[in-house]
Amino acid sequence: MTDFRTDRRSLLKGGATLLAAAATMSSEELLGYAKAWAQTAQWKPEAGAKVNLLRWKRFVEAEDVAFMKIVDAFQKANNVTINVSNESYDDIQPKASVAANTGQGLDMVWGLYSLPFLFPEKCTDMTDVATYLGDKCGGWSQSGKDYGMLNGKWIGVPVAATGGLVNYRMSAAEKAGHKEFPKDLAGFADLIKGMKKNNTPAGMALGHASGDANGWLHWALWAHGGNLIDKDNKVVVNSPETAKALEYVKGLYDNFIPGTASWNDSSNNKAFIAGQLYLTVNGISIYVAAKKENQQMAEDINHAHLPAGVDGKTRELHLGFPILVYNFTKFPQTCKAFTAFMMEPAQFDPWVEAAQGYLSPFLLGYEKNKIWTADPKNTPYRNVAETATTPAGIGKMGENAAAAIADFVVVDMFANYCTGREDVKTAMATAEKSAKRIFRH
Amino acid sequence: MTTVQTSMPPQAAATVEAQPLWERLRTSRNVLALWFMLPAAAFLILFLAYPLGLGIWMSFTDERIGRAGIFVGLENYEWLWDDAIFWLSVFNTLLYTLVASAIKFAIGLYLALLLNRHMPFKAMIRAVVLIPFIVPTVLSAIAFWWIYDAQFSIISWSLIKLGLIHQNIDFLGSENWARGSVIFANIWRGVPFVAITLLAGLQTVSPSLYEAATLDGATDWQRFRYITYPLLTPIIAVVMTFSVLFTFTDFQLVWALTRGGPVNATHLMATLSYQRGIISGRLGEGAAIATAMIPFLLAAIAISWFGMQRRKWQQGSDND
Repeated sequence: MTDFRTDRRSLLKGGATLLAAAATMSSEELLGYAKAWAQTAQWKPEAGAKVNLLRWKRFVEAEDVAFMKIVDAFQKANNVTINVSNESYDDIQPKASVAANTGQGLDMVWGLYSLPFLFPEKCTDMTDVATYLGDKCGGWSQSGKDYGMLNGKWIGVPVAATGGLVNYRMSAAEKAGHKEFPKDLAGFADLIKGMKKNNTPAGMALGHASGDANGWLHWALWAHGGNLIDKDNKVVVNSPETAKALEYVKGLYDNFIPGTASWNDSSNNKAFIAGQLYLTVNGISIYVAAKKENQQMAEDINHAHLPAGVDGKTRELHLGFPILVYNFTKFPQTCKAFTAFMMEPAQFDPWVEAAQGYLSPFLLGYEKNKIWTADPKNTPYRNVAETATTPAGIGKMGENAAAAIADFVVVDMFANYCTGREDVKTAMATAEKSAKRIFRH
Repeated sequence: MTTVQTSMPPQAAATVEAQPLWERLRTSRNVLALWFMLPAAAFLILFLAYPLGLGIWMSFTDERIGRAGIFVGLENYEWLWDDAIFWLSVFNTLLYTLVASAIKFAIGLYLALLLNRHMPFKAMIRAVVLIPFIVPTVLSAIAFWWIYDAQFSIISWSLIKLGLIHQNIDFLGSENWARGSVIFANIWRGVPFVAITLLAGLQTVSPSLYEAATLDGATDWQRFRYITYPLLTPIIAVVMTFSVLFTFTDFQLVWALTRGGPVNATHLMATLSYQRGIISGRLGEGAAIATAMIPFLLAAIAISWFGMQRRKWQQGSDND
C-alpha cells in the first residue's frame, strides 16, 4: 500500500466529474464507480466475505433506499455479501451489546450516541478510515472527534447525526406572540405557555425515549449551567444550576400536551402529524413526512435551534450515529472498506440528499451539500455538528458516560420532579446517587 | 413388574466379597442407574444449573459487556441496598404479582365454572377463551400500547365522544394509571391459562358426587364449597404456583408497554435487571438484581409445596 497516495490522487483527479454526476448516478454507473473505487482502495475486502451489519430502522424511507443502493454497489463490485438488518432505536443497543459480549452474530453496527464507548475493547481501531475520510472530506468537526475517539484512537466512525431541533408550526407560534423564534430561555418558555393558552400545545418526551427525551433534557440541563459530571468526570449533578434547570423544565412540562411522561421516540411524530401537537424537539422526519402526506401542514412547519443557555452558548445533544466494527470480525478489511466507501462523496452526497436533512454530517465538507440550502427549512439542520455535544457534556466521553445516558439518569431526574414524584432536592439526590453508582470505577 | 430384580440372586451375592472392585461396579445396578440418569442430569446441569450458577457468580463481580469482571464481593448488593429505584422495583414487582395473581385466580375460576356447564358451541367457546394466551406477548403488548396511547387511545376517544370525560386519560404517563394498566394487560393475558387448567380439574370431579349432594338438598354454594373446592385444591395449588412464578418474572409485557416508565413506576425487578445489565452494560449489577429475585421465588414455591404436604392436597383429601 506504499503507492497508495499517488493512486488516490489520480483517482481524485479523474473523479471530479464523477462526483458532480453523483446525485443522478444510476445503479450501473454506481457499480462502475464502485469497481473503480475498489481497484484503488486502501482496504482490500477478504474474498467471499460475509458481513452482518445491524443498523437503526429508518425514519425517512428514501434514506434507507439510498443506503441499500450503496450496499448493493459495494457487494457487486467486491464480490462480498453484506447482510443488513434493522432494529428500532431502542432495540439496537441491547443487540449490539449481546454481540459484543458473546463475540458473534454481528460484524458491524451502525448505532446511536456513544455505542462504541460502551465496549471500547471490542471495537476495531478505525483510525486509518477516519483519517482517510477527514483528509478527503473537509476534516472532522470537534464533535465528530469527540464521538469517535477514545484516548487518541478512533473506536468508531461517526457517520452522521440527526439534529434534535425545534419543529414548530409557524402559525401557532405567531398566534402565541412570537413571529420570530425566541432566542433565549425566557422567550422559549413564554412561547410554550402562549401555545398552551391557544390550545395549540407543545410537547417533548419525558419517558424512556432514547433519542427524544435525552436530547432536549440534556440541553435544558446544560443551558442552565448544570452538568452531570465535571471535566474530571466527577459527579456534580446536585447543584443550584441543576435546580434551576429542573424548575425551568417543570414550567415547560406544566404547559405541555398531557401524557409526555409516557412518550417514546415515535410518540411526538405521531401526534404532530395528526395535528394535535404544534411544537416539539425532533429530527427533520416530521417535516419530511408532512411534505409527503400533508403539504398544507408542511408549509406551516419550520425548524429552529433550541435557545442559547444562560451563558449565551448553545449546547445541544444531537443524536449521533456512529458505525463500529467488532474486533472479532473475520472480515475487518471488508468492514473498513465499506465504511470508507459509503462515506465517499459519490455515495454520501446523494445519500444525504435522500435523507432530506435527517442526516447531518460530522465531516465538514458535506455542509456544502445543496440539500441544506435548497429548502431554507433544512438549513438549521446543517450546523448540527457545531452545537453537538457528547453525552459526557464537559466531561470525557467513556464507558461510564455511555452507561449513564443508556440508564436515563438525567431523563429520570427531570421526570421525577416534573411528574411530582419527588421534590427538587430528592430528584437531584436520586440522580446523584445513580450517577455515583455508575461513575464509581 | 416381575422381571425387575431388586436384589442380586443369592448365589451371586455369595461371591460378591471375592470379586474385585471393578467387577462389583460393573455388575452393580445402582451404578448402572447412575449411567442412565447421566443424560438427564447433564441436560439439567448445562441448561439450568450452570446459567444459574454463572448468574450468581456474576453478581459478585464487576463484569461489564465485553469485558470480564473481577470479584468484588458484596459491592453490587451494597449499592442496591441504598438504591431507591431498586426498592421501588421490588415494591412494584410484589404489587404486580399479588394483585394480578389474585384477580387472575378469581376470574379464571369463575370462567372455568361457567365453561364447565353444558351449553351450545361449548368446544368453540373454550377455544376462543384461549386466544389471549396464544397471541404472542409482544403482539398483545403492542395492541395494548395503542389502546393506552396518550393521544390516540380508543378508550379515551370513546369516552370523550360519549361526553363522559373531556381530556384523554394519561394511561401510561401517571404512576398509578400506569401500574393499573400494565396489571390489567397481564390479567387479560394470564386468565386463559388459569381458566383452562382449572376447567381440566373440574372435569375430573365425578358427577355422582353432585347427584348425591343434590339428593341431600345441598345448595349451589354448598356444592361448590364442600365438593368442587376441596377436590380442586391440588390443581389450584399447581396453577397458582405457576401463575405467581410467571407473573413475578414477567418481562415482555412491561418492557413493550412502558420500559419501566413513567419515572420507574412500572419497573419490575426483571426489567430493571435488563436495563442495568444489558442496556447500560453493567452485567454484574444486572445479575445482582436478578439474583435478588431468587429468594422471593423460593418463598413462593415453598409456600405452595409445604401447603401441599400439610393438607395432603395431592390426594385431594381435606383432613390434616
